[in-house]
Amino acid sequence: MVGKGNPWVISGFLLVVFLLAWHLFTLRPSFDPRGMTEEQLQLMEFNGDIVRTEDGSYVWNPEKEKVKGVPGPLAVLNKALTELGEAFVKKGTNDHGIGYLVLYTVSRFAGGFLAASVAAIVLGVVLGLNRVLFQAINPYIQILKPISPLAWMPLLLYTVKDPKWTAVLVVFMASLWPTLATTAFGVNSLKKEYLHVAAILQLSWFKRLFKVILPGAAPTIVNGLRISFGSALVAVVPAEMLLGELGVGYLSWIEWNNLDIAGVIFAILVVGVVGVILDSGFNKLAGSVTYQE
Amino acid sequence: MKNKRKKGTYPETVATHPQQTLSSGEHFEQTVGRSVVEAVLRAAGPSRRQFLAGLGVAALTALINEVLPLDKIAAFAADPVGKPEKKDLSIGFIPITCATPIIMAEPLGFYKKYGLNATVKRAAGWAMVRDWAINKEVDAAHMLTPMPLAITLGAGSLPVPFYMPAVENINGQAITLHIKHKEVKTAADMKGFRFCVPFDYSMHNYLLRYFLAEGGVHPDKDVQIRVVPPPEMVANLKAGNVNGYLAPDPFNQRAVYENVGFIYKLSKEIWDRHPCCAFTVSKEFATKYPNTFGALFRAIVDATHYASNPMHRKEIAAAIAPANYLNQPVTVLEQVLTGTYADGLGKIQKIPDRIDFDPYPWHSMAIWILTQMKRWGHLKGDVNYKAVAEQVYLAAECDKIAKELGYPTHQATMTKHTIMGRVFDPEQPEAYLKSFKIHSMA
Repeated sequence: MVGKGNPWVISGFLLVVFLLAWHLFTLRPSFDPRGMTEEQLQLMEFNGDIVRTEDGSYVWNPEKEKVKGVPGPLAVLNKALTELGEAFVKKGTNDHGIGYLVLYTVSRFAGGFLAASVAAIVLGVVLGLNRVLFQAINPYIQILKPISPLAWMPLLLYTVKDPKWTAVLVVFMASLWPTLATTAFGVNSLKKEYLHVAAILQLSWFKRLFKVILPGAAPTIVNGLRISFGSALVAVVPAEMLLGELGVGYLSWIEWNNLDIAGVIFAILVVGVVGVILDSGFNKLAGSVTYQE
Repeated sequence: MKNKRKKGTYPETVATHPQQTLSSGEHFEQTVGRSVVEAVLRAAGPSRRQFLAGLGVAALTALINEVLPLDKIAAFAADPVGKPEKKDLSIGFIPITCATPIIMAEPLGFYKKYGLNATVKRAAGWAMVRDWAINKEVDAAHMLTPMPLAITLGAGSLPVPFYMPAVENINGQAITLHIKHKEVKTAADMKGFRFCVPFDYSMHNYLLRYFLAEGGVHPDKDVQIRVVPPPEMVANLKAGNVNGYLAPDPFNQRAVYENVGFIYKLSKEIWDRHPCCAFTVSKEFATKYPNTFGALFRAIVDATHYASNPMHRKEIAAAIAPANYLNQPVTVLEQVLTGTYADGLGKIQKIPDRIDFDPYPWHSMAIWILTQMKRWGHLKGDVNYKAVAEQVYLAAECDKIAKELGYPTHQATMTKHTIMGRVFDPEQPEAYLKSFKIHSMA
């Protein structure tokens, strides 16, 4: 075997190197008042650049450090700890804890994805079983598939007139086409022997669907679902940003609004973590329906 | 409604001269009555119009009453408010200091004072707030003063009748330039610049265009003006993608705070006491919930006057700074609201009315905005300036409420405004419009 050693050690090592580099590149020298007049110092204090400490000397304003340039890993950690400490606090209509925001995003995502999956599988099986229909509809699927789900947003907002449902529908549009196309393909290219056996056994239509067609096409369907899953995850965050709907996308938007880059980085990390959690859950689910030949 | 009109007179001919001295009560009745009659006549076809004009005022009023709940529209400001029909309200806002009265009314208890349980909901941009308001996602909304006019006329969206009961802030914007442009003195020095404004239908856009054009710079030919959400303006300025912007605060002060820009000119130097942001509701909301609307109207007028008092500014800055509202450093908000601020050129300026708050929606302000919308091609065709202004800006009603709450009132709904030394007469909008050499009219 080539490649010995524990991969976790390498992962950890890379992380440490990255964090250290990040920390060093974002370090700033402490404030040096030499060569400045009292007037200049007062102006800097007035503008919030520096603050006077108890012993009368000046230091950079820690409040402002948060928003100046790219913050270091410690600033992000600090931000993360404060946010996680109030994960389930609602401070007002526009300020919900990160725990709630994650829940909003996940529920929005789940609603759109599940609805789209059901619709796509049903439609895909119908198209897969009927070759003529499949050939007739396929050009439309090919045209609609590459359209960015966000491109639908203005039209959806205009027609449903409700930003909450618009966000769910954007996720729906993002997850519909890959599942639909692969389901139709999977059903269509089922091994003919399976269908012959089913015909010989004189299975009923329902039995044929659930015992032969769906299990036979399952690996392809799951593959489609996985592609859908990825594109839906990509769509949900910008949809929240654009629609101003509470969620992790919204979090990154308002931190940007305040130019709080530590907050933006934290929001990005949260998006990543949510993605990993959803993805691993999905993989477990997928593992239970696929089989090895 | 008192009618002093002669039988069979075409209502537009009896329109009272607004400069004439009237009590605010009379003003109110006349404005409401006249704008409704005009609206009905406009809606009717020519033959029908003749028929209606022949009917006489009493018959006409009865007829209108059947189609429009005129008594309901009139009722909202007439009585001390009855019980609100709807108590739980949501009000959309954009996180800028212009929205101060709308926002602070929540933490400082102005909505509660008038029996409302209102919460404010932050929107990501102006198009968003417009869509929320049109789709009834919110009950009332913070908008830019040109927006209810644009929405009512269907410019940039479907036409939906909107009311603007109160102006929020006056002044309170600035032209901010990148610090590398410290040597810029006049508009002519800005040829080739790239600017941003927050929205097409905004005072920011119209004031910047006006300022540039007065300096001989054509805003559609000699410079680039693009629409960018205010928080992105600071970042764009930092990155050097744009040379400057005319924006609402705190983003002018924020550029100074970030040490990337300087305040070149306050908008009050272009037009002192110009309107900026507004409080708006749909006509449907106002007629469906007259008592709620009345209570909301009072809360906003009260809060706006409260914000106008310089003694309250620090308290307000602290109240609206948290993440739930503006999500900005208190230092920046204090500098904006108190008018004692660092200008980015190494000086501390003291201009207490850098931003001020006055709810009165002068009809003449609406007419000026309409002239500029036409000037820059945002509106095409003939505009009945006065009728639109009276339909959308509820000046007389605002005065009625101010009087009731013990605040100063006005003698007229129109006045002459002076903008960069040029006098605007609201009675002569077309002549004013024609006097501009630089424009984008077809």
